[in-house]
Amino acid sequence: MKTGIKHTSFDVEKIREDFPILNRKVNGYPLVYLDNAATSQKPRVVIDAIVDYYSNYNANIHRGVHSLSQEATDAYEKARVKIQKHFNIKNAHEVIFTSGTTHSINLVASGFKEFLKPGDELLVSAMEHHSNIVPWQMLCEQTGAILKVIPMNLNGELEMLEFVGLLSNKTKLVFVNHISNALGTINPIEEIIEKAHKVGAVVLIDGAQACAHLKPDLQALNVDFYVTSAHKMCGPTGVGMLFGKEEWLTKLPPYQGGGEMIKEVTFEKTSYAGLPHKFEAGTPNISGGIAFGVAIDYLNAIGFEKIAIYENQLLEYATKKMLEIEDLKIYGTAKNKTSVISFNIGEIHPYDIGTIVDKLGIALRTGHHCAQPIMDFYKIPGTVRASFAFYNTFHEIDTLINALQKAKRMLT
Amino acid sequence: MEIKDIQEEIIEEFAFFDDWMQRYEHMIAIGKSMPIIEEKNKTEDYLIKGCQSKVWVYPEIKDGKVVFTADSDAIITKGIVAILLRVFSNQTPDDILQADTKFIDEIGLKEHLSPTRANGLVSMIKQLKMYALAYKSQQN
Ligand SMILES: Cc1ncc(COP(=O)(O)O)c(C=O)c1O
Repeated sequence: MKTGIKHTSFDVEKIREDFPILNRKVNGYPLVYLDNAATSQKPRVVIDAIVDYYSNYNANIHRGVHSLSQEATDAYEKARVKIQKHFNIKNAHEVIFTSGTTHSINLVASGFKEFLKPGDELLVSAMEHHSNIVPWQMLCEQTGAILKVIPMNLNGELEMLEFVGLLSNKTKLVFVNHISNALGTINPIEEIIEKAHKVGAVVLIDGAQACAHLKPDLQALNVDFYVTSAHKMCGPTGVGMLFGKEEWLTKLPPYQGGGEMIKEVTFEKTSYAGLPHKFEAGTPNISGGIAFGVAIDYLNAIGFEKIAIYENQLLEYATKKMLEIEDLKIYGTAKNKTSVISFNIGEIHPYDIGTIVDKLGIALRTGHHCAQPIMDFYKIPGTVRASFAFYNTFHEIDTLINALQKAKRMLT
Repeated sequence: MEIKDIQEEIIEEFAFFDDWMQRYEHMIAIGKSMPIIEEKNKTEDYLIKGCQSKVWVYPEIKDGKVVFTADSDAIITKGIVAILLRVFSNQTPDDILQADTKFIDEIGLKEHLSPTRANGLVSMIKQLKMYALAYKSQQN
């Protein structure tokens, strides 16, 4: 192959057949989907699982004695166990189904209201998604706690010495993303968790970007909370996970009241159900939860090691090719990063590039990627972002490079 | 020229091109000849919300006609605004308010008309019409 990069046994063409959407054309060109960090595409098995649920055993769960309800409940609870096993979580009841990362973070932030007092400190990294900033700012406003920022260097790596300097016995919570959506940086979360624990702080890791690329072992990490969204890992939208250590989930108050989360209700007093139901008020996204489990099976069948090796090859190849474009600057050059490339070409506005390459069938993300502090850090209005998944090809990267060159010619 | 005639003229101009790249190149060229807003007017007040790129539009009334100057930090957006200004600038508030924008579709830029599109063409048109409405009510 002309790229000079050796392939593994990984058969990308065969994998692509699993994804119906990859056959479509956009603006007359074959779709080149490079917006995987926003959401991944779905394999047929995941789509089929949703259809199968509604076609064959749709019923509300945990409620009925009838067979359908039992089947649906079993499938949903099996999915929970799949998630538990996948992330090596100790107990299935430490897996809370949520609508996604944002919901999970809000649930935890809201629960900590009663554990904070004025002057307590919360540490956030400089490269967070707005979802992992705003709920905590709201919490600080409500409690008088103070939000402090772990800075990063120009490569987009956290300044670990400064992090350690920020830690003290006032530090109550630390929340950092496992992988940055705007820069691709893989953060040293093992070290962050360990150091934060030394001062008695609780750690939440935002795994929204990470779980499509790697398989975290949550017991080994010893993390207090880990959150993610199914839709970034080949699962459906509107469903996600909150992992919390049992001791914390037991302490936190319920987030929403309603059906499903109660043990006993009278007008005088309600007692809450145990875990995980305490945090799962109302009818959940049943088909979504089941399909989330199927997505996890799908990814494991391919294998996270193979995914990582192949995606790294894509990243290396794309980085090399992109840097051959004059005036192209990449933001996020951490040593340890995933297949995300944020860039600008000269003074060209990201929006212009996104518009032109879209006309050529290529889906990129442009803008601030819900991480305005990062853009402020680099003093830019935004970037263009190409993010690769295991079903992308070297050929698609060549198509992207050609399109970028065309766009550059048109726009300068 | 009346708005209708200008629109016809633009439609004819674009009909000359047979692929989208040429149309975009033409639009970019139009952007380069747009009457640019004075630097001092590039303020929050004249920034149009709802665009992924920044767009400023500044209105003035001269001899009963609304004259717009504008700018954008993205070239394609600038081209789109320039086309709008060619149609809407130097017209009376009434004419601006009555004008439709079907010509955008006819020149092959339909994709920009979607209200959810991040470039905010729809917000731009709305803003131009708002200014026209404001002047009209001042005149009455
Ligand atoms: C790092 C990170 N955190 C949080 C989120 C929010 O995820 P969701 O919109 O699925 O709740 C995203 C999604 O873009 C993300 O990339």
